[in-house]
Amino acid sequence: MRRVAILGGTRGMGRSIARRFVERGDWVALLGRDEAELERSKADLEARGAPGVRVAIAVCDLEKVESFRPALESVEQALEGMDTVVVTAAVFAVQEKLEQDPALAHKMLTVDFANTISFCEEARKKLLLRGAGTLCVFSSVAGDRARKPVVLYGAAKAGLSAYLEGLDHRYRSQGLVTVCVKPGFVRTGMTSGLPQPPFAGDPDDVAQTVVEAIDAGTPVVYTPAIWRAVMTAIKAMPRFVMRRAKF
Amino acid sequence: MPQSRIAGWGRQFVEGEELQPETLDGAPPVLFRGLGRSYGDSSLPAASSPVVVNTTRANRIIHFDPATGVLRAEAGLALFDINRIFLPRGWFVPVTPGTSLVTLGGMVAADVHGKNHHVEGCFGAHVTRLKMRVADGRVLECGPDLERELFLATVAGMGLTGQILEVEFGMRRIPTPWIWQESERVRDIDEYIEVLKQSAKDWPMTVGWLDCLSTGSSLGRGYLMKGRWAQAHEAPARFPKELPRLRVPFTAPEFALSRATVRAANFVIYNAHFQKKKVGLTDPFRFFYPLDAVLDWNRGYGKRGLTQYQCVLPDSAGPGAARRFLEVLTKRGGASFLCVIKDCGPESPAYLSFPRKGISIALDIAVRDDTQALVDALNEHVLTEGGRIYLAKDQFTRPEHFRAMETRLPAFEAVRAKWDPEKKFKSAQSVRLFGD
Repeated sequence: MRRVAILGGTRGMGRSIARRFVERGDWVALLGRDEAELERSKADLEARGAPGVRVAIAVCDLEKVESFRPALESVEQALEGMDTVVVTAAVFAVQEKLEQDPALAHKMLTVDFANTISFCEEARKKLLLRGAGTLCVFSSVAGDRARKPVVLYGAAKAGLSAYLEGLDHRYRSQGLVTVCVKPGFVRTGMTSGLPQPPFAGDPDDVAQTVVEAIDAGTPVVYTPAIWRAVMTAIKAMPRFVMRRAKF
Repeated sequence: MPQSRIAGWGRQFVEGEELQPETLDGAPPVLFRGLGRSYGDSSLPAASSPVVVNTTRANRIIHFDPATGVLRAEAGLALFDINRIFLPRGWFVPVTPGTSLVTLGGMVAADVHGKNHHVEGCFGAHVTRLKMRVADGRVLECGPDLERELFLATVAGMGLTGQILEVEFGMRRIPTPWIWQESERVRDIDEYIEVLKQSAKDWPMTVGWLDCLSTGSSLGRGYLMKGRWAQAHEAPARFPKELPRLRVPFTAPEFALSRATVRAANFVIYNAHFQKKKVGLTDPFRFFYPLDAVLDWNRGYGKRGLTQYQCVLPDSAGPGAARRFLEVLTKRGGASFLCVIKDCGPESPAYLSFPRKGISIALDIAVRDDTQALVDALNEHVLTEGGRIYLAKDQFTRPEHFRAMETRLPAFEAVRAKWDPEKKFKSAQSVRLFGD
């Protein structure tokens, strides 16, 4: 049985992952900004969960670094330990909007890169202290290759992916398993209103892949899986092509 | 925001925009839609306000009480999700439609009925509370004993009285997750009416398949399925396997559902049931939702899509009403691939609830040039029998026909006018039929 903390577990892919964990009997703590939303999702997980499942909540805001440690400590207390930490929360906006709104761009860069990594550092220390654990963080295919529509977002995610790979190299021998999830286009509230590319995925399918990857300790997982091939092709494209390409 | 095309299950597209927020809290005051399984234009935006809110992401369970079976959830929770969670625990919804790809909000808005209508009535009869947001922005609760008028107009109200945010209803205990089924071959429509009424006395669930291309002495032949939940000593201890989920990879060409292919298929289906009687165990997925195995079977009807014509012929029209209906249909050469017959129990107090004591007949019809004329002719006939049609299936009915059939419409419109005087909540269907 796992004891899982999920930052971003009230909605989208995080919600699907939390459901998958409790349905098979794992204990889950939801971390998020909005206490009413956390309570609502807690009730949902309790109703769906296998008998005896425990669900906890803790207020934690990726914009507030000082909220990270107390939130993780309260999870450890409520679940009597913590062996898995999942981060699905992030800020997203299209490139045009980020270019027009420097404050939003700064917030996105801070939350998706610096603060997410600070949160992971807190989680890393706690997991290493207990000798083993899994840290699963949602990066993005946008971090694999710099592209016109995701210059800023992709830069933050590239940095995050690099950090997660570094963690994997440095700490896997000490028991800390790092799983870097790279979703392609997934239909959630975050991507609502964007034109859908081919190979768009659904949160429930992503959740299945991610939970399997956490169980297996897969260091990098693309979801939907086809995006590994798509990104391999895009990474192989020379610069003069990328300058002309629209994607 | 990008404009896109939205359609009901019948694939008749309109221009519009479908928002899909994670929570319904900040949703704009427009029509809600769920999984879009209503056949016609019930869940499509009106041309004058081309935005609808899809509720399917608001799918959290608020509360389940295993002592009483009361379940409360957000309106976007899907029936297949409820089945996945609760069937293994020995609970089932009190009323299920013929597909599990529907949301709770949609089940309330259409006041869906199922194979057990003659015993349990419609889904709305089991709803104890609705949480709604009405046109002036207020969020309130209603139920059979609270804001009763609003409740009775919202159940079967096709989303026109306000936005359904949460639904509370009573789940039922089932002895096993298996169904004991008996099916019986029926020679013609007169025998059908008799065995339907007869079986209703002994069986909690009945439904019949009709070969509606047969004529003459075998007019209305088919087979009747009867079922009940299996008892523990009759059923295996394991949980039944769900149906596979297949997809139709392309939209079929028009000739795929020509008269000849439909006739051949009906011949095969009828004669495959060569025994007078078949008995045995089946599972709820095959029994309730056989078509869910093919996720987008509506694409089989080609580019022009399909419609379903469903009407109820009241008992007051006499036992010959179903025969007369089939005669009108076959005279016009109506080729329907799927034709379903079912006896209904008493009418619900909800203003626009479809079923009433009598015989309901549903036909899937591929949309062709003559579809409007066929629906008009069927409606004129149904009117003479004192029957009515089901809004959740309708795309082609004329407003004057609907108004003549639906004697309760003025009462519904009065309640709606009280709660939404500006008609903020309207659909392509309400524009077409109610003149919004």
